[in-house]
Amino acid sequence: MNFEFSDEQNLLREQAVGFLQENCPPAAVRAILDGDAAYDQALWKKIAELGWMATVVPERYGGIGLSHLELCVIAEELGRAVAPVPFSSSVYLATEALLLAGSESQQEKWLPKLATGGAIGTFALGEGPGQPTPAKLATIAAGGRLAGVKMPVADGDVADFAVVVAKADSGDGASLYLAELDGVARTPVATLDPTRSHARIAFDNDAAEPLGAPGQGWALAQRLFDRAAVLFAWEQVGGAAAALDMAKEYASQRYAFGRPIASYQAIKHKLAHAYVKNTLARANCYYGAWALGTDAAELPLAAATARVSATQAYYYASKENIQTHGGMGFTWEFDCQFHYRRAKLLSVNIGSESTWQDKLIAAVEQRNAA
Amino acid sequence: MDFNDSAEEAAFREQARTWLAANAPTAEELAGLDEVQAAKLWQKRKYDAGWACIRWPEEYGGRGASAIEQVIWNQEEAKFATPGGVFAIGQGMAAPTLMAWGKEEHKRKHLPPLASGEHIWCQLFSEPAGGSDLAALRTRAEKVGDDWVINGQKIWTSGAHYSDYGIIVLRTDPTVPKHKGLSYFFLDMKSPGIDIRPIKQISGDANFNEVYFTDVRVPDDQRLGAVGQGWQVALTTLMNERMAIGGGGGGVGFRQVFDLARKVEIDGAPAIRDKNVRAKLATWYAQEAGLKYTGYRSLTALSKGEIPGPENSIGKLVAASKTQDMASFAMDLLELSGAVSDPAYGAARGLYQGMFMGAPGGRIAGGSDEIMLNILAERVLGLPQDVRVDKGIPFNEVPTGR
Repeated sequence: MNFEFSDEQNLLREQAVGFLQENCPPAAVRAILDGDAAYDQALWKKIAELGWMATVVPERYGGIGLSHLELCVIAEELGRAVAPVPFSSSVYLATEALLLAGSESQQEKWLPKLATGGAIGTFALGEGPGQPTPAKLATIAAGGRLAGVKMPVADGDVADFAVVVAKADSGDGASLYLAELDGVARTPVATLDPTRSHARIAFDNDAAEPLGAPGQGWALAQRLFDRAAVLFAWEQVGGAAAALDMAKEYASQRYAFGRPIASYQAIKHKLAHAYVKNTLARANCYYGAWALGTDAAELPLAAATARVSATQAYYYASKENIQTHGGMGFTWEFDCQFHYRRAKLLSVNIGSESTWQDKLIAAVEQRNAA
Repeated sequence: MDFNDSAEEAAFREQARTWLAANAPTAEELAGLDEVQAAKLWQKRKYDAGWACIRWPEEYGGRGASAIEQVIWNQEEAKFATPGGVFAIGQGMAAPTLMAWGKEEHKRKHLPPLASGEHIWCQLFSEPAGGSDLAALRTRAEKVGDDWVINGQKIWTSGAHYSDYGIIVLRTDPTVPKHKGLSYFFLDMKSPGIDIRPIKQISGDANFNEVYFTDVRVPDDQRLGAVGQGWQVALTTLMNERMAIGGGGGGVGFRQVFDLARKVEIDGAPAIRDKNVRAKLATWYAQEAGLKYTGYRSLTALSKGEIPGPENSIGKLVAASKTQDMASFAMDLLELSGAVSDPAYGAARGLYQGMFMGAPGGRIAGGSDEIMLNILAERVLGLPQDVRVDKGIPFNEVPTGR
């Protein structure tokens, strides 16, 4: 039994923690929250220099060719730091989509740029309120051109290309397309979490090329989301741990009625519940990391399990962190809002809690049928 | 990361598996035996072959196995329906306390019969006035010659009626603050003056007893730790209790309720198609998986020869409430029939109703939910202790209420 990261992976974590403390302190997150920049470009460049975007990209495409376990370590630390960078879109979604379904020439063209952070990619699925389904897709691909509105697209305002889920006019069902976004009509949209920018992308017969087999778009998107869910879940447990740490620290220093509020059971039990949820989520993320790293048949179930518990843990820790801070937690000046915003954003970004609960049970049903 | 045994671990597992396959008791062998008789038969067989209490040193009846080997053994033994619950307190709690605090002659005399199943031990800690606040216990012991004379009452004593020995915490000095006036002993449960009365629980079972002491004599030689050091000794026992109760669960789990949801209908379709049912089941699945993989993380530490972190202490807390909620939900799925516990008619022969009535006990026994949360907050998260109004006050001056 070895259900732990390796010494090398733990060393990577130490380096990541130190790097992010220095280069992504709360002030850096706040600068994006308060300012006009879509993301922290200086941080993005430094992350690129460390090779984080290149982690799982094969060496022949300029990557480092490490496993997804290393990427899980990085994801947790980016989540802990609430990093304001397009990492999830470009790495967990666009890079993974190319690795999963890209042609040799598509991989050759984009992976080296993604690996150096010189290009940013994203994934465009949503078309407005409600759960996306293949039947509802209104973005149409015809003759190498896309038409339709994708909204919201995370990092859609800064990405160089998007992997787009669209319907072929030939009637093959959903397919994936790779669309370069230069010249495409894009409008930033305000979201719950201004530290992560989003856009409305209106394709108006803009050029796009198929990614993967026609008609396989929905199945590919599901596989992609199963992989990304593990990485999102690691960001969530990183954030949840940070939110609990914040609450713990504040409660130990804040006095009321002559003693630290952390000595009251009302606060203690709240934080102990957060610890329990975080511990369960982290354990499920370990299993998710294993399944992702080994491309195990259990991945859909492992990913959904990690995702559901991480979503619940981060939501709980982030809201109870504000509650523990009392009125100060509700002020713009305090950083509690970072986690409250990011927790909810991450929980809807690749499908809601109930969507993943449904996937979890579907995966159990599938395992039973097998 | 991988889930495989190391070469030594795999060899040990194979050895355990082979022995168990050849020696685990058959249903015919156990037929007609009561719980205690069945447990003793199996324990003696393990002992004679060197498979009892394998972590213990050989001189005390074990085989000097490592922590990971103990886990492997437990995993393999769990694959057979073997009896043994009656030894949990003696082997899991009394023995580690004896090993940590007992004299060498105590260990040599009492540990081997614990390992062989000849003796069963019980735990006499809780009292009517000392549950969560265990150190508020009042049962008195007064020194008379070389003996202590015990008067008072203990409660929630599992298996007192079939136990040979008991571990007990007693108030030896009521004039000092509560934690300082306690001493720890082990005693012969057949001593004159001990009166054992079963407690009928809301589940209808009687797993526990009240134990009354009237001028019961225990030799000073059977004291563990110094006079007044009983609280520290008791903590050794309690740490082992929480490990012993640990991640358990049993009874109603995801599997049972998932299967039930496929059989019963909501709005004319299998209940499992219902989004609300799926959401609840998914959350419970994630909790069960989280406990399981948390266990894997502890195993990893053991496998490396390290001490596991505090993660495992969440097990009982999570499992007890989950069991209660799942039993309740299963009855909801049964709609009108949710009320029926009659084994002749009820779904799963009354399993859900039985678990529902037993679950409140799980949330209280071995440290209530609230005490477990305090422990997590104080020992794991490092939050400050609550203010204690009885701190530093002589025990006999502390307000007692009803």
